[in-house]
Amino acid sequence: MAIEPKIEVSGLRKSFGPLHVLRDINLTVEPGGVVALIGPSGSGKSTLLRCLNLLVTPDRGSIRIGENRFSFGPGTSPLSKYKLAGFRANTGMVFQHFNLFPHLSVIGNITEAPMTVRRMPKAQAEALAMELLTKVGLPDKARDFPSRLSGGQKQRVAIARALAMQPEVMLFDEATSALDPELVGEVLAVMRSLAHDGMTMVIVTHEMAFAREVADKVIFMRDGVIVEEGPANLVIDEPQNPATRAFLAHFHRKDSA
Amino acid sequence: MYAWDFQFLWNYRYLFAEGMGVTIGFTIAVVILGIVVGLITGLMMLSRFRLLRFVAAAYVELFRCTPLLVQLIWFYYALPILSGIQLSGVSAGLIALSLYGGAFYAEIIRGGVVSIDVGQSEAGMALGMTPYQIMKKIVLPQALKRMAPPMLNQSIIQLKNTSLISIIAVPDLLYQGQIIAHDSYKPLEVYTAIALAYLAILFPLTALARYGEKKLSTRD
Repeated sequence: MAIEPKIEVSGLRKSFGPLHVLRDINLTVEPGGVVALIGPSGSGKSTLLRCLNLLVTPDRGSIRIGENRFSFGPGTSPLSKYKLAGFRANTGMVFQHFNLFPHLSVIGNITEAPMTVRRMPKAQAEALAMELLTKVGLPDKARDFPSRLSGGQKQRVAIARALAMQPEVMLFDEATSALDPELVGEVLAVMRSLAHDGMTMVIVTHEMAFAREVADKVIFMRDGVIVEEGPANLVIDEPQNPATRAFLAHFHRKDSA
Repeated sequence: MYAWDFQFLWNYRYLFAEGMGVTIGFTIAVVILGIVVGLITGLMMLSRFRLLRFVAAAYVELFRCTPLLVQLIWFYYALPILSGIQLSGVSAGLIALSLYGGAFYAEIIRGGVVSIDVGQSEAGMALGMTPYQIMKKIVLPQALKRMAPPMLNQSIIQLKNTSLISIIAVPDLLYQGQIIAHDSYKPLEVYTAIALAYLAILFPLTALARYGEKKLSTRD
């Protein structure tokens, strides 16, 4: 029997008013799998990612992550805020603009959720935070405030913060898009090591070289549908669909320029 | 030329001190009560429930758009006819000033909360925090810092507003001043001294508010 996927999405639909952002999305991610979502802006890839931890509530379809399963649409009851919170605690998310808590120190950012949500004792939460800070290469920044960090350091703290909830999957929403070019590498290095450690990851990214190297599967989206999906090197190096080809040509042009 | 004479005021120093005590005590009470009312109302204005938002907005507009003096007189003279309960001047003053201040604090608190980037709430949600936990641990601590200068300004206005309670016979600084003026026949010196007394309390506070604003604008 095949291994049960860690993430299973079926028939997912979402509209904002008259705008159909997602039309019938189906997606599975194996445990330890890394999926890269690529596509032009407005293609729905960020909305899809935000549906995976229900920051955006889908109109139709169902989502399962690990043991938790939710269905949406007629006949389903609205989710209670406790169920929602419980579901989200199980998925880590890293945002484009970091969204660190500026009033808390680096270690405070990381220990806040484990202490508040999981009722972890402070000493234990701080030990966990130090372990994670070491993992992202910032153990000496524990007592600093976010305003004193570079963008790359902020994003690494944000990754540590998400990992502190010990999630089953990690979602990355253009985690390197807001960074200066010379700071992208340090964040990608952390993401790469997470992937090697067997974390299940869904990544919205414009870093094609990184997607090809780290992702098992690449999904190209346009206008709210999955146009093409497959092994990373195949989709990126030999795209079959003309839309995928046109989109990727833009990157190749930029690389050779 | 008028011959100024402040010497005689020394004889009334106990009345002055009493009036000052009432003014300061009253201010502390209406600031605390007003902030409590304002916090509840401000959070109601941010609620998902339309009814709560409506009630809060109606209260805020009612008290923001009527003069405080009218409110004071209404609670003191009109409410007893309606309810059969005669409020003391102190109670009527406390209620009117707290509700009046609460309407303004509510707006400050609501504005402070909505000024916090929505990404902060999203980060809290993504970590599995409930809306209550996000408000308490993430949004309010940041919002309170931004609210502090306008809250202090509103509290300064509240201290000046307490002078109105003298008309319903609460023995505050101005009320005692009126007694001293009648007694001494020297209203010029008395009211000048009263004005200076308010200035002496408030000037350090406005300086503090300005300092706080400057410090906030140079950070984050």
